[in-house]
Amino acid sequence: MATRWFGASIPRNEDPRLLRGKGSYVDDIDLPEQLHAAVLRSTHARARILNIDASAARELPGVHLVLTASDLGEVLEPSPLLVPHDALTQPRTQLPLALGEVRYVGEAVAFVVADDRYIAEDALDLIDVEYEPLPVIHTMEIAVAEDAPLVHQDVPGNVAAHLIQTVGDPDAIFSNAPFVLRETLLMDRGAAMPMECRGVLARFDAHEEMLTCWISTQGPIPIRNGLAAIFHLPEHKVRVIAPDVGGGFGTKIMMFYPEEVLTPFAAIHLGRPIKWIEDRREHFISANQERSQLHEVEYAFDDQGVLLAVRDNFIHDTGAYTPYGIIVPIITACTLPGPYRLKNYFSEFKVIYTNKVPVSPYRGAGRPHAVFVMERIMDRIASELQLDRTEVRSRNFIHPDEFPWDVGLIYQDGGPTRYDSGSYQAGLDKLKMLLDYDNFPMKQAEALKEGRYLGLGIAYYVEGTGIGPYEGAQVRVESDGRVFASTGVTSQGQAHYTTFAQIVADQLGVHPQDVMVTTGDSQAFYWGVGTYASRAATIAGSAMHLAAVKVREQAKKVAADLFEAAPEDIELADGKVFVKDAPHRSLTLGQVAISANPLRYAYGENARNLMSMKLTSSRSGPALPPERGTPGLEASEFYSPPHGSFASGVHGAIIEVDPKIGMVTFVKYVAVHDCGRIINPMIVEGQVHGGVAQGIGGAFFERLVYNEEGQLTNASFMDYLIPTAAEIPTIVVDHLETPSPLNPLGVKGAGEAGVIPVPALFASAIDNALSTFGIRIREMPLHPCRLYELLEESLGLKGQ
Amino acid sequence: MQKQEEVTPLFSEEYDIALTVNGHRYERRVPVRLLLSDFLRHELHHTGTHVGCEHGVCGCCTVLLNGEAVRSCLMFAAQADGMVVTTIEGMAGTNSDLHPIQKAFQEKHGLQCGFCTPGIIMTVHAMLHENPNPSDEEIRHELSGNICRCTGYQNIVEAVKLAAMRLGEQKMEVE
Repeated sequence: MATRWFGASIPRNEDPRLLRGKGSYVDDIDLPEQLHAAVLRSTHARARILNIDASAARELPGVHLVLTASDLGEVLEPSPLLVPHDALTQPRTQLPLALGEVRYVGEAVAFVVADDRYIAEDALDLIDVEYEPLPVIHTMEIAVAEDAPLVHQDVPGNVAAHLIQTVGDPDAIFSNAPFVLRETLLMDRGAAMPMECRGVLARFDAHEEMLTCWISTQGPIPIRNGLAAIFHLPEHKVRVIAPDVGGGFGTKIMMFYPEEVLTPFAAIHLGRPIKWIEDRREHFISANQERSQLHEVEYAFDDQGVLLAVRDNFIHDTGAYTPYGIIVPIITACTLPGPYRLKNYFSEFKVIYTNKVPVSPYRGAGRPHAVFVMERIMDRIASELQLDRTEVRSRNFIHPDEFPWDVGLIYQDGGPTRYDSGSYQAGLDKLKMLLDYDNFPMKQAEALKEGRYLGLGIAYYVEGTGIGPYEGAQVRVESDGRVFASTGVTSQGQAHYTTFAQIVADQLGVHPQDVMVTTGDSQAFYWGVGTYASRAATIAGSAMHLAAVKVREQAKKVAADLFEAAPEDIELADGKVFVKDAPHRSLTLGQVAISANPLRYAYGENARNLMSMKLTSSRSGPALPPERGTPGLEASEFYSPPHGSFASGVHGAIIEVDPKIGMVTFVKYVAVHDCGRIINPMIVEGQVHGGVAQGIGGAFFERLVYNEEGQLTNASFMDYLIPTAAEIPTIVVDHLETPSPLNPLGVKGAGEAGVIPVPALFASAIDNALSTFGIRIREMPLHPCRLYELLEESLGLKGQ
Repeated sequence: MQKQEEVTPLFSEEYDIALTVNGHRYERRVPVRLLLSDFLRHELHHTGTHVGCEHGVCGCCTVLLNGEAVRSCLMFAAQADGMVVTTIEGMAGTNSDLHPIQKAFQEKHGLQCGFCTPGIIMTVHAMLHENPNPSDEEIRHELSGNICRCTGYQNIVEAVKLAAMRLGEQKMEVE
């Protein structure tokens, strides 16, 4: 092949369109006769609904429909439980509209359809809901207290799930260990906050009996299947499209958000297209959130700093419902061992209901919490034994010759937590070099003389990516020589239109710009699961590769017949197909595609040129010989991994803390990242940058603050502080490429990685900067005021 | 029903406006409460201007109003009467080359999901007009009114620097 596109930092195919403002996000699509919807949301975290009077709203001119729970008929059923688990004994999912009781501020109570959004919102003001407030569970701690009120009357103790996993014999180790420490570590709520809020546009065409929904989602195929079941339509009569999606970060891998059922329901009912677009305030109180966990962790180690055993007992706040099962805490439990040879591990968690927005994965999905716990342990062992922090890590690393490494736990996909490959020490060595680690103590001491508090933090992680069950892809050469490639996963900014094109281009000898990738359209590819768990490039990418390989073989066979040569002598390059060493006599890939389809009615320039070449001779058998099977150059392939592939990385940063005001600034930030073979380094680096920025937000700026009434008190961008360009430092990214042996491309996932180690890193750096104050960070996220409080506490304690 | 009487006048009142958007003059009758962002998006179908928060913080809806970068979600269409608006669609024609700022964003991978991008490009356009040769710190300060959730800003800063350089070269050629 003339060029290998895999591994090249080529510019993105999607950019020109997006840069011109020609992207097509859900709210950019306006259909004739379209109406607009708005949702009335609960103002109480927990209350009985005594009465809903919507009569005034229904009479408002311009209002077409007001729906409450009692108007939904058989559609009033709880959302499906995604990923059930034996340990989840008390699952509860949400109704499209609340019936009788509301369980969080923001829960959907009524749905209004009007001529425009302005009138729909006027109508919301006219709906009179009579609530009887009930006691509210606004923290995990209250939820598990004795005699706590119940979020669901029939769920004792507010416990949705309870799971214990044990590796080795931790009890025996703890009873004999030289050193045992115990700590409480907390991580509080944050949210993904994609720049595009959620949105649904639904149209029911009565002539075709076809429901089409454009949804800002990460999982259109499962939603298609679900909507078909709900509305008793054949699956091929429901089309769900995730058009351009303005960020997802996990919060859009959900089904069903109520509006995803209500909008098509109303569209079918009224026979007109209906659009619902979430506003930011709604997003804060109705799009799923994550992160809150409280860990009680006990750990045993020897005098050499070798970690012997861990006992981790945590509670996980799932909010008012468990729409996504217990995936997040399972990932936490399985991520905790990290890159370390932990052979004795007891993990127990309880999933707890609270009167808050439901929880489902947010970029990192349970991993930042686990890494926070494990990396706090590593730092503590170092400080207890007066050892270097990196040395303690090195002494505990799994070595490259120990793979595959079985952690001994069942992962979120039901398969083993089995590390396929990794180069942990090599990553740490790179990081130390880039950070100038060995010279830092000197710089730190000098700064301290000037009254400046510098701190260095590090955090390592291993990340399960690329899980099953499967994805598929279809690759087809069109008669103009361009290649159509489709898959069921979606794209929310990860550049799949480019990376998938690179994979296909390598096999078919075309330029990636000539590969037209379609993602997230149930009519373009029928099968699939979705974009989550950093799996799209690994799973759908592998399927793309397999399909493209097959199409390449087809092209060789067809060309071999035309050139009267052997298929193995046929080459594909620069959009042409020719016999090896005879490139002067070539066909375009499009001409081969035309030849592969024995039509009578070929059309276009490629076909005319092909005919003038008079390559076809008379035939004796069928036009489409059995050995060729299908017409055209087209193949669909599926890829299902044996289990997840485990990426890894280590981040390090130097920060400066101003103890007078609790403010922290980054002096340097380095991320060393290993996601196996890299399809496009520029894109992977971009993913890491964005993840780190989100991680910094989650470590120091972003915290969802609920008050005692369960009201989210900072539900706006004025108060929930997403870091801006002024807060995020320049990030140095370096790569290791330890291939995954599990898939044909040797790739691992990269999307979530950047965010994962940041809270642990930040804690590590603050401890280091403020070592003279004796600070030990045990909670995340921090913010300047909280850091100031911790400093005050530390000074107060010292003064006593 | 009492509430309804309070509400009705709000949306019944309309206002005639005339404004120039991307070089075209439009005359429209609009409800007084129609936001400029909604007017651009759903009346004129210039959907490149995005709406990310509707409270003036995220900057996705940034457009140029008489050359100045403003939040189109924080003003009414009626307030733009007589003004000149430039949106992302006015940066480069459909069949022409990308504007140097747009081009720099592609080369430096300054966008991922693309939702915040039009607002950021309009902000950068105004920024470079005011200060053709900004320092890294100045760029980061000027960008701090636009939230991007995908890129971590680093490649946006790089793109702005590249665009500033290219625009500077263009200007020198012209002179």
